[in-house]
Amino acid sequence: MKKVKVATVWLDGCSGCHMSLLDMDAAIISLGRKIDLVYGPLVDAQEFPEDVDVTLVEGAVSSQDDLNKVQKIRQRTNILISLGDCAVTGNVPAMRNSIPVQKLLQRIYVDGADEKKGVPSERVPALLKQARPLREFVKVDICLPGCPPPSKTIVGVINDLLDGKKPNGNLKVKFG
Amino acid sequence: MPQKKISIRIDGELISALEGQTILQAAKANGKYIPTLCDLDGLTSVGACRICLVEVSGSERLFPACTTPIQEGMSVTTNSPKLTRYRRISVELLLIERNHVCAVCVSNGHCELQTMASALGIGTVGLAYNFPKLSIDMSHPRFVLDHNRCILCTRCVRVCAELEGAHMWELTSRGIHARIVSEMNEQWGKATSCTSCGKCVHACPTGALAEKGWAVEEMVKKIDAVTSLVHRRGAQV
Repeated sequence: MKKVKVATVWLDGCSGCHMSLLDMDAAIISLGRKIDLVYGPLVDAQEFPEDVDVTLVEGAVSSQDDLNKVQKIRQRTNILISLGDCAVTGNVPAMRNSIPVQKLLQRIYVDGADEKKGVPSERVPALLKQARPLREFVKVDICLPGCPPPSKTIVGVINDLLDGKKPNGNLKVKFG
Repeated sequence: MPQKKISIRIDGELISALEGQTILQAAKANGKYIPTLCDLDGLTSVGACRICLVEVSGSERLFPACTTPIQEGMSVTTNSPKLTRYRRISVELLLIERNHVCAVCVSNGHCELQTMASALGIGTVGLAYNFPKLSIDMSHPRFVLDHNRCILCTRCVRVCAELEGAHMWELTSRGIHARIVSEMNEQWGKATSCTSCGKCVHACPTGALAEKGWAVEEMVKKIDAVTSLVHRRGAQV
């Protein structure tokens, strides 16, 4: 049987959703037989591959780099999942949204720094004006809220998709 | 003089209720559930949240159950795809209007807004988040007011005026600019009419009003203490 190609992506979030994904215990064995993890923080691939079946995106869209990534991912993914509150609502990363970017960077990297004061500009992507949820930039097929979403919910959705079922209908959801 | 009894139908079932009761009161008295957010047992009803909207046969428009008085022969529907759609829209509008960051909220896991969103199956919202810049009043020695988490249900205003008798809270401005204010827009800590009883805190359905000193998920509201006080004082509910 052809394995289903699954990717995971970590944008502006704490990686807690990835931790919850890994928290599936023994389920990882049976799932591993059915899927190929082709991209993400848990594997080595450098470039987001073509024709991915399912991509789980953790984190808000917060920088120009995030935005470029999600646009590419959308083009190359069949089913896109917003994983966790940051991707679904903006959540904690969006708490900066009422502060102008320059003021924010100044406060953290200059006023708040003890040494090497200065806003980093090289090799770091420019921040967008606001950190916003994934669905405001690209079409999202499934939203899995939660901070983090329970491991069982994530695995349940992946298994539903593997069985050809649409999981959106009676999904138990909770923010926070 | 005893109150006149009248008959209405709720979800097809014939029930007997007292004249002058609202649809919500009649439903509750007969064990029928209608979801609510701004309603609090024993306080006057204001119809602020629109979650309790119901269908009344013979009318195209929806009615808030908490402020609509019953009439003889009225037939009420409390649940339908249309009502669920409207209730979801109401909750989604509350979620996008201010900054409800459940993950870092003292009321996470005990919040009526969060619970209502889950009950209605809201896993995401269809509109763009507003992300407004809002203040937090920490001036009171024991309590906090966080406008980011306020849904303008006005339970605090009503419980303070009607149960405590202090009327320290008020509502200012209109629409999206509306805010809860303490004593003529004075800082809460400087409000001389505040008795620091904490009824507003425990009546608040979200983390907007909370006790100081609690971390995420730790603020559990004693809402029963507020409503039981109403009943012990013999208020008409």
